Amino acid sequence: MDFVAGLRCRECGRGYPAEALHVCDFCFGPLEVTYDYERIAATVTRERIAAGPRTIWRYADLLPVADPAPVDLGAGFTPLVRADRLAAELGLGELWIKDDTANPTGSFKDRVVSVALTKARQLGFKVAACASTGNLANSVAAHAARAGMESVVLIPADLERAKVTMTTVYGGRVVAVEGTYDDVNRLCAELTSERPSWAFVNVNVRTYYAEGSKTLAFEVAEQLGWQAPDHVVVPIGSGSQLTKVAKGFEELGRVGLLDEVPSVRISGAQAAGCSPVATAFADGVDAIRPVKPATIAKSLAIGNPADGWYALDVIRRTGGSCAAVTDDEVLEGIRLLARTEGIFAETAGGVTIATLAKLAAAGVVRPDERVVALVTGHGLKTVEALTASEEPTVTIAPTLDAFDQAFDQAFDDSFAEHGRAGTGPTVATADPATAPTRNPAPRSAR
Amino acid sequence: MSISIRVPAQLRTLTGGAGEVSVEGATVGEALKALDVAHPGFGERLFDDSGNLRRFVNVFLADEDVRFLGGLDAAVADGQTLSVVPAVAGG
Repeated sequence: MDFVAGLRCRECGRGYPAEALHVCDFCFGPLEVTYDYERIAATVTRERIAAGPRTIWRYADLLPVADPAPVDLGAGFTPLVRADRLAAELGLGELWIKDDTANPTGSFKDRVVSVALTKARQLGFKVAACASTGNLANSVAAHAARAGMESVVLIPADLERAKVTMTTVYGGRVVAVEGTYDDVNRLCAELTSERPSWAFVNVNVRTYYAEGSKTLAFEVAEQLGWQAPDHVVVPIGSGSQLTKVAKGFEELGRVGLLDEVPSVRISGAQAAGCSPVATAFADGVDAIRPVKPATIAKSLAIGNPADGWYALDVIRRTGGSCAAVTDDEVLEGIRLLARTEGIFAETAGGVTIATLAKLAAAGVVRPDERVVALVTGHGLKTVEALTASEEPTVTIAPTLDAFDQAFDQAFDDSFAEHGRAGTGPTVATADPATAPTRNPAPRSAR
Repeated sequence: MSISIRVPAQLRTLTGGAGEVSVEGATVGEALKALDVAHPGFGERLFDDSGNLRRFVNVFLADEDVRFLGGLDAAVADGQTLSVVPAVAGG
């Protein structure tokens, strides 16, 4: 049984029942799930959570749908990795990476889709649909397959090859639209009126879907030993994830899982080629001016972000910041994270790391803070962003001579200490006095 | 100019259930005002107290966001289609 009290318009406060509704009939404001926090507080405990599954569903008491068998591929409870080598490069102290590349389809979208389709199935929907920049498409197609639902996924036609393949393989219908994500999104918003029997996870089921992102905050706090971080850096596409991360930390305080509602600074990361929120933040204005996106960070290429205004509000209210980084900085961010921590992020992760670096250099993210950066998608999804620039160090014939020649000519000087006489573990060599002899001849034969 | 306006499900109670209605107007703003005259109630849903489009109302002319075309002053051509779409979607 869930603890949902109903839906409420964030703009005008009108109340609605917990059905497939996403906007207020009166002012078109977004509907938000409201909960009976007193009943949750009386039920939820750290022990109850610890006894739950190692997925987002361990936090079911704080999610908008209860189902003993949710639509679940195992989303969530991804690693929170202490990133000392990256911290040292950036001049930071305690830095953690929330590694959401480890989700079933390789991005944080599995969190929101698992919630959305569990609710959609409960509401009686048979078809799962979405407008997607790619990660959502992968996740909707996979979870629909898992649930035995039909899926119809709409994507911009110029999407990365891997994201198309990772959608079609699950057997759903994939509609490539000649236009930007904003065109796809507008089409889906209109389709929702014409095909009300389909669950568009990020349109008519968006109210529930978006709640799944709160689990990022829940996990970070639990994995830090039920403590909140000081500062979280979150990538901004629509802005929904950022606002829900803030809501997640707040709820932990409200229901008693943390001693009080924590003060967590939340900063936003955007690509310079699509930075309507960062621009509004820099200009000190409330209005988000839509833009035409031009960036390799396609999963964040939303020129008209639905939750941009609320994301801006959270950033300002929590004392965070918002910055944008160029495509070159995005690629350097991907390489920096991979080189220092062994985590390969997609372009959106490059945006987060590059923005983190920028905010650290500016003294906005500080070395005395406990910082968490959300890395929300796997690098294999956007591998073509790097393939033009990533080549093997050297290509050789399969001989020792060729390797030695390559070592001398192609390995840079910093590797010289690892030459033939280099440092490293001592490798035991056979002691001739004790080593067994191969095929010892029997004495008797002498 | 005769303009066709596509109406989202949330506002079809105002049009007797119709998803598309025709109005006259030379600009986006005129067409939307004509919509309110023909189907009273649209005005308060679409516009805030200062007469601007509400924050969560998107209007598209021939599938392009009117904010890229000059907003309510954008000129409309005979036979074009305006779409009123809730902004809260996607991402």
